[in-house]
Amino acid sequence: MARRVVNWPIWLSVPLAVATLYSYPFVFVRWPVTRDVPWVNLLLGATAVTLAITGVRRSFGRGWMAKTAGVVAAAATVAAVGLFVYKVLVLARELPASAHAPNVGQQAPEFTLADLNNQPVSLTSLRTTPLEGSRTPRGVLLIFYRGYW
Amino acid sequence: MERRLPELEAAGIRVVAISVDEPGVSRDLALAKGYTYTMLSDPEMKVIGRYDLVDPIDQVARPSEFLVDSMGIVRWKHLDSSVYVRARPEDVLEAASALK
Repeated sequence: MARRVVNWPIWLSVPLAVATLYSYPFVFVRWPVTRDVPWVNLLLGATAVTLAITGVRRSFGRGWMAKTAGVVAAAATVAAVGLFVYKVLVLARELPASAHAPNVGQQAPEFTLADLNNQPVSLTSLRTTPLEGSRTPRGVLLIFYRGYW
Repeated sequence: MERRLPELEAAGIRVVAISVDEPGVSRDLALAKGYTYTMLSDPEMKVIGRYDLVDPIDQVARPSEFLVDSMGIVRWKHLDSSVYVRARPEDVLEAASALK
């Protein structure tokens, strides 16, 4: 029976690929130097893909199980890194101009939406209902966000 | 932004967050993160669409901030071409100081 040696490049490439994908939105996006051109993540991704290729080549000296595992892991690595490259370099640059969003000096469109307790809340009420300490607000900050990931 | 909430409220600004999340999801988020500001649900993107803030690829709101005065006029706006860039609380506070 052949000696079983762990194919470490393959096993390392998959978590590294996952790190490539997830460390950007949670870690590297915080600093402009790593956000605008995500070079750290691109390096991580390139390393992951290289390890995957190395691992696949190693696995070809073994039985079919090792080869299959190697190819699957490599495919997962390439898919994760490819997804990262697509998401960050392509999608993040494609936001439309939002030309019809209200501009400074224009009236903010009125609306009524449900709050956490499913109660309807209107923009007018947000503008006029007193804050803590009975002060009417000087203004309302509307923060539009993507949602809970 | 949540960390600076007391300063924003002291400046007389009510902070309101809007997304496609249903109220239940927003409740979970508020509990998990300790958010205390108003969170509104726009699952059909009626308001997000009205404000022309739809991200066509992910079908959610693109991140943006609007400071509206007590009469309902937009006095400051932040919109970035990248989904990852958010307004800085300092900039909001500065814009808020110009409101009556």
